[in-house]
Amino acid sequence: MADPLLISILIFVIAIFTGYELITKVPPTLHTPLMSGSNAISGIIVIGALVVAGRGHSDLSIVLGVVAVALATINVVGGFLVTDRMLKMFRPRERPDSNKPDSGPPK
Amino acid sequence: MSEQATINLINGLYIVAAVLFILGIKFLGSPRTARRGNALSALAMLIAVGVTLISEEIVEFEWIILGVVIGSVIGVILARTVQMTGMPQMVAVLNGFGGGGSALVAAAEFMRVNDLVRTGDLSAVSEDVAAIALFSTALGALTLTGSLVAFGKLQGLVTTRPLMLPARNIINALLGIAIIAISVYLVFEPNNPELYALVGILGALFGILLVIPIGGADMPVVISLLNSYSGVAAAATGFVLNNNILIVAGAVVGASGLILTRIMTKAMNRSLSNVMLGGFGAESSSSTGGPAPGERPYRSVTAEDAAMILGYSQSVIFVPGYGLAVAQAQHAVKELASLLQERGITVKYAIHPVAGRMPGHMNVLLAEADVPYDQLLDLDQSNPEFERTDVAVVIGANDVTNPAARTNPESPIYGMPILNVDKASQVIVLKRSMATGFSGIDNDLFYLDNTAMYFGDAKKSVQDLVSEVREIE
Repeated sequence: MADPLLISILIFVIAIFTGYELITKVPPTLHTPLMSGSNAISGIIVIGALVVAGRGHSDLSIVLGVVAVALATINVVGGFLVTDRMLKMFRPRERPDSNKPDSGPPK
Repeated sequence: MSEQATINLINGLYIVAAVLFILGIKFLGSPRTARRGNALSALAMLIAVGVTLISEEIVEFEWIILGVVIGSVIGVILARTVQMTGMPQMVAVLNGFGGGGSALVAAAEFMRVNDLVRTGDLSAVSEDVAAIALFSTALGALTLTGSLVAFGKLQGLVTTRPLMLPARNIINALLGIAIIAISVYLVFEPNNPELYALVGILGALFGILLVIPIGGADMPVVISLLNSYSGVAAAATGFVLNNNILIVAGAVVGASGLILTRIMTKAMNRSLSNVMLGGFGAESSSSTGGPAPGERPYRSVTAEDAAMILGYSQSVIFVPGYGLAVAQAQHAVKELASLLQERGITVKYAIHPVAGRMPGHMNVLLAEADVPYDQLLDLDQSNPEFERTDVAVVIGANDVTNPAARTNPESPIYGMPILNVDKASQVIVLKRSMATGFSGIDNDLFYLDNTAMYFGDAKKSVQDLVSEVREIE
């Protein structure tokens, strides 16, 4: 069996290439949602935080872990919700009721 | 279920989550599928969290629930209340929190492994793990404070002018060397929790010093780069915890931020190091040696004149910039556009990649005002259009329309790809005054024969145009 670290590095490199290929295809009009959406994905650290806090190894690791869980959860929940809010607004054509945008009146 | 079967199931679910993340990003490639893509990514996150909760030896559920509840409440409130013009600040803050999370997780894991060595449960802290944990903590702390400074600048809490500390390049270099030196020592002598904390603190200090000298208009680059860092820090923590889903998701985000960073620096015709060394725009307008801004003759028009020009044209292109966001003028612009369209005038929008304070900032604002995205043109699409356009209306954009970037090799922005607004038959520039833009350079566009300056607050000006266009006939 190969060194697990090598396998992890392999996974890392393949993921970078995959990400690179996919993201270069995202049009400029979606760059802000791409950013906030990928931001939410970087909140994946929440699972690391869950492990660290949940194992209850020492008081210090619980404190660090719980703070990390809270920070990462803000990142995940806030990120996905705000991205959805933005993407809801993107429309290909003029809507008949275009005077009533769904996120706040014009004034 | 046997132990091996459980492990296989868990790994299988992690693979499902990884695939869903990648599909989610793929679907973000088109406005039609983007919302579904975001939902897929969220589902992937849910699966990853679920698998983690059942698979790891989690005993402290009360504490975890506390953290999740606090985080969720704050996350929901932020996502619901943030204004679309405040999106750059929002992304900056979320970025910072992700980075901070990575720093803390890596630190906690490092301490735990150290404890295991002390109690004799583990022979030694592996050098790779120690090195990667230190890297993750330093980078995560840097991302946290850098993002908070960026937030402060975008929110107007910290000056948006580049702030230049004396000898800051030397300070930064020393700080970098100190972080690396302490880290190397810790890799071989890991049993020093205080020193480990010091690496985090120095990383945090580095983040502040790195972003403080960078001016407001360079924020698109900074935010993209911090986005990338938060991904890389997550991936690094994945190596520490030996968790592949963290590595995959972190790597994809790291790549995403890096690509956006490159697009932004290219659109400014500057290198990344030039942006990160900071200070662009710190000097005042004296550099070009020409006449002071506003001293050359220019033509100014009233709302009525501008409305006449617009109302009797056949094609109009709006060129929005950060000024539009500041004045919250997007709904007024859309109202004006609809009015012009009712008169049979073709309306489009030309968007420069670095218009606003983050990549795609203008597109989101116009989407909020219900502008269909197929009316939005990017740099390459818009430039051939200007020659065929009757009126270009510049709203709160400046440097990205300066023809000096094309014509004057002496200009500091020479070579930067710009929107060729000057090629339109007529140009109306909405602006508060003749003051220079962020770069401190006077804009040659304002003095052209076919340019009319229309002074005032962007939102008020556009609203006046709406009333005046209604008056025609």
